[in-house]
Amino acid sequence: MVAIPTVVVTIFVIIPTLLSIIWSFGTWNGIGDPLSRTNWVGLWNYEILFTKYPFFWPAVQHNVIWLVWLAVLATPLGMFLAVLLDKNIRGTRFYQGALYMPVVLSLAIIGFIWGNLIYSPDQGFLNSLLGTTSSDDTFIDWLGNRDLNLWAVLVAASWRHVGYVMILYLAGLKAVDPSLREAAQIDGANERQTFFRVVFPVMRPINIVVVVITVIESLRAFDIVYVINKGLNGLELLSILVTNNIVGEGVRVGFGSAIAVVLLLLSLIPIITFLTRMLRDDSI
Amino acid sequence: MTASTPSVTPASGQTPARRFNWKRATLHGFLIVMSVIWLLPLLWALYTSLRPFSDTAQHGYVSIAHTLTLDNYVNAWNDAELIRYFFNTAVIVVPAVIIVLLLSSMLAFVLSRYSFKFNLAMLLLFLGLNMLPPQVLITPLYQMFRRQPELLYDQYMGIAIVHIAFQLGFCTFVLSNYMRTLPKELNEAALVDGASVWKTFYAIIMPLTRPAVAALAVLQVTWIYNDFFWALFLMSTGSKFPITSALNNLKGQYFVDMNLVAAASLLVALPTLIVFFALQKQFISGLTLGSTKG
Repeated sequence: MVAIPTVVVTIFVIIPTLLSIIWSFGTWNGIGDPLSRTNWVGLWNYEILFTKYPFFWPAVQHNVIWLVWLAVLATPLGMFLAVLLDKNIRGTRFYQGALYMPVVLSLAIIGFIWGNLIYSPDQGFLNSLLGTTSSDDTFIDWLGNRDLNLWAVLVAASWRHVGYVMILYLAGLKAVDPSLREAAQIDGANERQTFFRVVFPVMRPINIVVVVITVIESLRAFDIVYVINKGLNGLELLSILVTNNIVGEGVRVGFGSAIAVVLLLLSLIPIITFLTRMLRDDSI
Repeated sequence: MTASTPSVTPASGQTPARRFNWKRATLHGFLIVMSVIWLLPLLWALYTSLRPFSDTAQHGYVSIAHTLTLDNYVNAWNDAELIRYFFNTAVIVVPAVIIVLLLSSMLAFVLSRYSFKFNLAMLLLFLGLNMLPPQVLITPLYQMFRRQPELLYDQYMGIAIVHIAFQLGFCTFVLSNYMRTLPKELNEAALVDGASVWKTFYAIIMPLTRPAVAALAVLQVTWIYNDFFWALFLMSTGSKFPITSALNNLKGQYFVDMNLVAAASLLVALPTLIVFFALQKQFISGLTLGSTKG
């Protein structure tokens, strides 16, 4: 009962993760036998990555912007909406449905819909609405302009993230003991105080999950950017840089693995936070 | 707090009838604006998809439609042979979801009913690995797959296996949390009755775990259907791609105008929108089972 799943995970997840780490210290180019055709060069790949590779620091910056955007705007908005919709107001099911609908969509199709139908220079909704067209060259190139495209993509990504966070908090709020709120209100706390001083701290398990999801989502970001322009021209991300070194002429397994290891190390921060909290709260 | 007293603060003495209405109006106004903004992209896609290209070419995309037609759907469906890609997706999703639920149920059963320290460490490891960005593993996986062209590379089975391996930790985590809420006495009773471990699993524990399995099944179908990444690098034949990965490639060839793009987007989104409309309860409980206790 335990053997089969263990074997599957070992072969397809654990070994590849370890290989990523090992290969990042060598120069294998993907051809032939990795054992005999690798020069082991220590941290050389990392040195190139940090000092010479022109896309690395921009990609890190974009991942950081992604995280800050989600953490400062999208996640709090999702939480705020959950708080509003948790009350017994008329039409709450409609509002919840509208806000949560994008959560069932993939980020790939979100990139496809927003990239083509909303942001397209010629026929997109925004340029059509603004009356800016390609014929008189006034159109706004939402996805082609390096200063603009990351923000345009983040708006599209938030379309999904807000609903996701909202669902998690709605579940969390339902689980809060109503007598806590009553007690706070009898003590004279207003709604805001009740939420921040009583309800929010009680939702700690959900808060941790949401923080972890926010960080992981910003490291995992890939599909939406790849669909839009394969992650070029201002949309570089760490995940994209890894895949640029897999196939084609420029296969550099060692170098690509070094980027993957950076991504791995960054991902370990939220993952370990999550797992230790789970263990401590006895939720596992 | 009961439903009849939503937001009247007991501290304020006077009856704040006017202020109360104003507050509610602001609340609803805000929520309506948010909902409209959130619905707009899909409604816009729907509206565009129902208009013939000639209509939008003449009047622009932001204009009142003169004719509505389903032709774009028919054309997108036929020209790009979308049925083929939906079939590819089904060949991956169906076995992957069945197998991952089967394996994770067994693992969760052992873990929750006969918990050992080692099992717990293993679950933590699986769960942690499942949370990694898939790009961390793609380089070695690609190399492994290339060396197994009959079994893995460019094969539906290869993609299905990667999904199974990558979802096992999460599914086991959710199911074992659920099974832990079932009374321990069930096992003891089964033991007294002489039931084997297997029998305890499939005749006693599994029937009680059905709601969690159903919720997870809906969630997993949606997630694996939505996967874009694995096939992109682990498959090479375009016509074998699952629909989510194929859509972008099809665009340049077949979806020459926004009306067709809109129709194709909605066709591809349709299965997940069905989940949204018909299986909302299961989807949400699948999402939240993992984040709340029990």
